Amino acid sequence: MLRLRNLNAYYGGIQALRDISLDVGRGEIVAVIGANAAGKSTMLACISRAMDSFTGEISFDGRRIDGLPPDRIVDLGLVQVPEGRLLFPRLSVRENLMLGAYSRRCRAGCAERIEEVFGILPKLRERASQLAGSLSGGEAQLCAIGRGLMAAPSLIMLDEPSLGLSPIAVKEVMALVAAIREKGVSVLLVEQNARQSLRLADRAYVIENGRVAMQGAGSELLEDAVVKKAYLGL
Amino acid sequence: MEQIAQVLVSGLLSGGVYALASVGLALIFGVVGLVNFAHGEYLMLAMYIAWLAYDLTGASPYASMPLNLALMAVAGYLTFRIIMARVINADHSIQMLITLALSMALQNLALMLWKADYRTVRIEMTNQVIDAGFLVISAPRAIAFAVAALASLLLYLFLQRTWAGTAMRAVAQDGRAAVLMGISLRRVYGQAFVIGTVLVGLAGLLLSPIYPVFPLVGAGFSTLAFIVVVLGGLSSVPGAIAGGLLVGVVESLAGYFAGPAYQQAAYFLLFIVVLIFRPEGIAGGRGGERRR
Repeated sequence: MLRLRNLNAYYGGIQALRDISLDVGRGEIVAVIGANAAGKSTMLACISRAMDSFTGEISFDGRRIDGLPPDRIVDLGLVQVPEGRLLFPRLSVRENLMLGAYSRRCRAGCAERIEEVFGILPKLRERASQLAGSLSGGEAQLCAIGRGLMAAPSLIMLDEPSLGLSPIAVKEVMALVAAIREKGVSVLLVEQNARQSLRLADRAYVIENGRVAMQGAGSELLEDAVVKKAYLGL
Repeated sequence: MEQIAQVLVSGLLSGGVYALASVGLALIFGVVGLVNFAHGEYLMLAMYIAWLAYDLTGASPYASMPLNLALMAVAGYLTFRIIMARVINADHSIQMLITLALSMALQNLALMLWKADYRTVRIEMTNQVIDAGFLVISAPRAIAFAVAALASLLLYLFLQRTWAGTAMRAVAQDGRAAVLMGISLRRVYGQAFVIGTVLVGLAGLLLSPIYPVFPLVGAGFSTLAFIVVVLGGLSSVPGAIAGGLLVGVVESLAGYFAGPAYQQAAYFLLFIVVLIFRPEGIAGGRGGERRR
């Protein structure tokens, strides 16, 4: 349902992405792994149109979206949960969730959807009126993903959801990713934590220096000698 | 004792209008990240509109309020579309130059259109007072305070209770994240700028029965609004309201104890003291000035 073809992106004169082509099918979990600064977040920035300086084709549900403004892309159900969570620190957890449903399509059902998200993430209900800035790292990540789900996405893009979390919190996040897919939402999972994400993913891409270096089934890459050496530390 | 009460009350009354004149500046700085040195010129424009309406038709500034606020909204919208939208992402120094230039252009436009004369709006109410026993309050000042308080309350409810207001607070905290929520920054910036302009315009029209109108009247209020906003913590709306009231009271006390000549000196002194001991302002968090 998400299709990238020959995506090239630039920061000033520096090329950050080179001919990236990638697909995410309906109901799939697709992982993108790679070292820091390989271009993973840049790719998501292009898809969400948080940056402009790129060329190539991006389509979603069969229509081109690379010319659309960011709010239209969210409106179509393609939602990004950014690296570092970027919660609104001086708004309450409930207000953060509400803003996830800002797009016109979602506002009417906002109250019911908050209940739904609290159903999946009961911890957030306890913290509903607390300021988001006071959450622990793990809770903040769950809140950020909850905020993404508020937009009723058909595809959710998670940028480094396990970054900086304790092993227990990482497990919790990964379980949530699996649960999201069970609800029929496709997931594009961008991670440095290669082992966890390859285990969870149906398919995966390895990005090196802005290019797709390898792709295949998650389990296949998990066994690949090069991946093992470079990303799994084996 | 009664005199002190009188002094405090008149300080609070002026402070309410100062707060209203400043809160828009805090909103524009907090949400749009724009340092607007032309803020006071919109107060001047609204005062001239109130005076023109009075001069041409005899209408009081309260009667011409709907027209005045509508024209201020249009002025704010055009300023944003034509000028501000182009410098939103520019360096603060560029924004300052642009808004300073705008301020001068508007002052000279007023000079060209209406001359340098002091114009006054003399409605019947100008000289009426409300006599509450030991307190005597001039009627236009009481109205100005009441309307300013109501406008502040409405602004607060707007920011807390509506989608657009919540989006504004979100943009003020993290514009990058707000984009990913599907919030259009340009639209929110425009709304904040228009609301800020209308609020300072409201302050201007409320002042018009009390204060003479002349092309440079806004300059003094720009300085005042900057002091109020810095006292309040730059981008904090409640901080600007507290700062406005504080400046009003300090000004009034200084006028009573030291003489009218020291009124401005007193709040400048307060300003310097606060900057030394609490540079983040009364209500501001640390780093409020470094949002981007």
